[in-house]
Amino acid sequence: MKLDVIFRVAAKIFIPFMLVFALYVQFHGDFGPGGGFQAGVVAAAMVIFYAIIFGLDAAQRIFPQRLVELMVPAGVAIFAGVGVVSLFLGSEYLDYSRLLHDPVHGQHIGILLVEIGVLVTVAGTMVAIFYSFIGRGR
Amino acid sequence: MDLLQAIVAHYNHWIIIFLMVSGLYIVVARGNMIKKLVGLGLFQTSVYLLYLSPGKILGGTPPIISEQHTVYSNPLPHVLILTAIVVGVATLALGLALVVRINEAFGTIEEDEIFAGEEDE
Amino acid sequence: MVLLTLLAAITVGIVRMRNLFAVVVLGGIYSFLMASVMIVLDAVDVAMTEASVGAGISTVLMLAALHLTKTEEAVPTHTPLLPLFVAVATGIVLVFGTFALPSFGVAETPMNMHVAPYYLQNSIPDTSVPNVVTSVLSSYRGFDTLGETTVIFTAGIAVLMLLKGKRELKPGPKRRRIRR
Repeated sequence: MKLDVIFRVAAKIFIPFMLVFALYVQFHGDFGPGGGFQAGVVAAAMVIFYAIIFGLDAAQRIFPQRLVELMVPAGVAIFAGVGVVSLFLGSEYLDYSRLLHDPVHGQHIGILLVEIGVLVTVAGTMVAIFYSFIGRGR
Repeated sequence: MDLLQAIVAHYNHWIIIFLMVSGLYIVVARGNMIKKLVGLGLFQTSVYLLYLSPGKILGGTPPIISEQHTVYSNPLPHVLILTAIVVGVATLALGLALVVRINEAFGTIEEDEIFAGEEDE
Repeated sequence: MVLLTLLAAITVGIVRMRNLFAVVVLGGIYSFLMASVMIVLDAVDVAMTEASVGAGISTVLMLAALHLTKTEEAVPTHTPLLPLFVAVATGIVLVFGTFALPSFGVAETPMNMHVAPYYLQNSIPDTSVPNVVTSVLSSYRGFDTLGETTVIFTAGIAVLMLLKGKRELKPGPKRRRIRR
């Protein structure tokens, strides 16, 4: 797909900032607005933006279809895995208090891990859906 | 004066009901399937507002705890709606995928034309 | 209040418009307005999600689906009187119901007195996370969120099943009959 040079340069400038913003939203979600759902959607929007400007093939070289489809179940596995780990450490399922020596820190780290799981699933699902819609049109 | 107070107190509910009813109307009256999905989205967003607006407390701030504030709006509906939005877009994508497949099988996305085609058989 | 009125105006546009492309673009505007309303309602997390999901992802998906189908809606064959009647009747019943609801912005409603103060007071001592929405989402109600993630996972798998693979080029018998 040949597009105007302005689009390409603007995309190249914007995309790193979009990724940084997604990570900021992810890891600052404890203190300000944000969290796994929003960060996942912003990260997926970055991939979709890249695919719109540079074409589907270029996007699939960087984020291959297999990786994206792997991300969909991997996030759920991370989320459920945290629950199972807390089960083995002697507390209830998805109760993060025993993840670290201190219950409060355990809760905090548990929230971060779970949010990463949510991020992976949401981003993977959105990109996979987008790929399948666009791939259908060709 | 009473009327004015009633309007101010319930304006949010009335707008929510208007959005809900127009979503319902689109889903029932229009035969185009993508339009139906848009109507479903309207209905859905009206439910988001229905959950969020009673949680707002006048003079409250967003529920991020800090030293300067004491009154916070209710965080529980925010949590429910946050997940509902993302689930909503996932189900919307599923609906669109079904519409695309219907278009490939029948060559149209209008309900009436599909029914007409089936009656001919 | 102004924002809510604008939302209603956009809705009228969406109902009346027959060009689906315009409907989708209006839907994007609707989502941004909805996000602004949510900021006014103090739901900053939700507003962020709505702005990125409603105006971003779902608009892109709708446009992709329009690309695969048609962009013009057919003129309806039967009169919309019955659906209109059903919709208006439902609306009147619902408006009648609103007079029993608590008015806007009051703090002493049952909803705001029940379990929310517990979350607001205990979030910092329990989890050291100041954003109560995050702590409720992933700690107090982690099981809910696991369920939601599973729903997204299931929907993604279903879309992949429906749309992946090559398009079958042979047209079915129904397709030819309709196209005549």
